[in-house]
Amino acid sequence: MTAATALDLAGATLREVNSTLQAADGGSFRVVNPQGAHALACGLDAPVSVHVDGPVGYYCAGMNQHATVHVDGNAGTGLAENVMSGTVTVTGNAGQSAGATGHGGLVVVHGNASARCGISMKGVDIVVGGDVGHMSAFMAQAGNLVVLGDAGADLGDSIYEARLFVRGSVASLGADCVEKEVRPEHLEFLAARLADAGLDADPADFRRYGSARRLYNFHPDDVDAEVAR
Amino acid sequence: MTGDWNLRWSHTFSPDVLAEIRRAANTGVYSIRGFGAKRAVPNFDDLVFLGASMSRYPLEGYREACGTDVVLGARHASEPVHLDIPITIAGMSFGSLSANAKEALGRGASAAGTSTTTGDGGMTDEERGHSTKLVVQYLPSRYGMNPDDLRRADAIEVVVGQGAKPGGGGMLMGQKISERVAAMRTLPEGIDQRSACRHPDWTGPDDMEIKIQELREITGWRVPIYVKVGAARPYYDTALAVKAGADVVVVDGMQGGTAATQDVFIEHVGIPTLAAVPEAVRALKELDMHRTVQLVVAGGIRTGADVAKALALGADAVSIGTAALVAIGDNDPDLDDEYRALGSAAGAWDQYQAGNDPAGITTQDPELASRLDPVLAGRRLANYLKVLTLEAQTLARACGKSHVHNLEPQDMAALTVEAAAMAGVPLAGTSWVPGRDA
Ligand SMILES: Cc1cc2nc3c(=O)[nH]c(=O)nc-3n(C[C@H](O)[C@H](O)[C@H](O)COP(=O)(O)O)c2cc1C
Repeated sequence: MTAATALDLAGATLREVNSTLQAADGGSFRVVNPQGAHALACGLDAPVSVHVDGPVGYYCAGMNQHATVHVDGNAGTGLAENVMSGTVTVTGNAGQSAGATGHGGLVVVHGNASARCGISMKGVDIVVGGDVGHMSAFMAQAGNLVVLGDAGADLGDSIYEARLFVRGSVASLGADCVEKEVRPEHLEFLAARLADAGLDADPADFRRYGSARRLYNFHPDDVDAEVAR
Repeated sequence: MTGDWNLRWSHTFSPDVLAEIRRAANTGVYSIRGFGAKRAVPNFDDLVFLGASMSRYPLEGYREACGTDVVLGARHASEPVHLDIPITIAGMSFGSLSANAKEALGRGASAAGTSTTTGDGGMTDEERGHSTKLVVQYLPSRYGMNPDDLRRADAIEVVVGQGAKPGGGGMLMGQKISERVAAMRTLPEGIDQRSACRHPDWTGPDDMEIKIQELREITGWRVPIYVKVGAARPYYDTALAVKAGADVVVVDGMQGGTAATQDVFIEHVGIPTLAAVPEAVRALKELDMHRTVQLVVAGGIRTGADVAKALALGADAVSIGTAALVAIGDNDPDLDDEYRALGSAAGAWDQYQAGNDPAGITTQDPELASRLDPVLAGRRLANYLKVLTLEAQTLARACGKSHVHNLEPQDMAALTVEAAAMAGVPLAGTSWVPGRDA
């Protein structure tokens, strides 16, 4: 393996670091002194590998395509928001809206994720080693949220077709979110994704939640039609 | 009404109010419709231009130049949007509109030298292909959002709200969630889609500043970032959008059109466009950002006079939705029989949400959509935009202006006390601006 190219945010500007990462079509990078920078390593569009030494701010690895971004530390709001593909991993905790609106790829948070984790997710898989905050998977459309710890209040409120797996307790389920049967294909999926995430848990310990599909359509009454009959 | 003079109709419980009570009692669901506010509110008709006089010298209509070009987004973007005319096509989604309608809007706008805008639901290749300048919207739903489309757009419009429903999310009824629309939005086919009203990954202007930074980092600081707000608190919203780093602020008044919204929202939330423009301009001037951050005004713009008045109040450009749809064939009197068969009439039809548009514009039904010829419709839109521009120029020349942007509030008077107070121009025949010391 060739040595990673070092990028130092203590000396270089965010624009310089991001344009270097965005211009690369492969290779490995190590970003040092991130000092909580926002929008770090966002908009990557190639199979590059980025290792960030330290905490990042908002929207780290936002809209990621193909790249592997590994943050050794905590991440702020909107980690890997709208991620399309690739893998984004955080060894610490993640702020609100981790993996929000993500279309694909894998987001892994080893610690806890705050409120709205996986909000409006559209196909991404999110694996959280710890707990997730309230309103997680709000309006989640597609993809999978796997939580090894507990989930906060109103999990999966107004959920569409995403699948939610929680090992611990769920403070409460949001509107139209119900517990569903765990079938063999779900156990298989969990085993594979937990392995991808490098997290150790028994798939059999998870419960599954999803949409009751009762909010998908308005249900108008039609009193007049009944009277006419 | 002859012979009916003994019938005393209630103003409070008017026939349309009674009909709505009955409709509500029958269905148990609120009324959802398209179009904009239908009630009368103070608007640009309540202003007049003064024209030239002893002390003001007009320009020759056919000989002297009167510029109409506008540059949007030079504050931070390395590639600002250059338009030939100060009239843009507002964001209307593929989904709410047919692919042919989107193509027609792109063709018309491109021919007229202006931009068109995507909407809730993402960008289509057809739309990108037919629009020389295309603004991509960044909405709370993030349907179809992806970095490739951000990079192939000419500008990004962060939508905080729209005039028809400040505080409400998008809606698209099941009839219009076709296979293609559903796939673009990652939703099950046929559901009544109610989009989020809040952005999923920020709250408030401080977060939005960071979001704008992210969008710029993803697009290499190339394209301008607009922020669109419904006219709710335009003074504060404009100031906060500027603070968050917007290159352009779009303010959409309460008359603004919609594809599908609760009627109660359309008619009762937000303030009129006329009232919103001076407030937005005041914020820009106080921050010394007028003309540095451009102001685009939307909501009920119909004529070149509306365009000129919005500019005279301090806007840099306007944006049109409903009028553009009418130009390409919406509510066409030739289709009156078909509108009547649907329980409406040409000119009154507002059921954009229903998906059964006889004009083939607000539909996803392939057969209906094929009724709209995008080439002809595009020509109509280009013609209409040309007329708006010529009218605005005519008014500007009459006021002695060599560019439409040189129009100013001092060129106008108000016909009503309300309009004088909202627009901050004197009531005609007086020097009185309500609320200001004489
Ligand atoms: C059919 C239709 C669809 C619309 N879709 C959107 C949308 O997706 N996003 C948005 O910000 N505004 C949307 N709007 C509002 C327009 O962008 C614009 O603000 C409004 O039409 C301006 O007012 P006007 O129709 O009176 O010109 C839509 C309007 C119409 C008529």
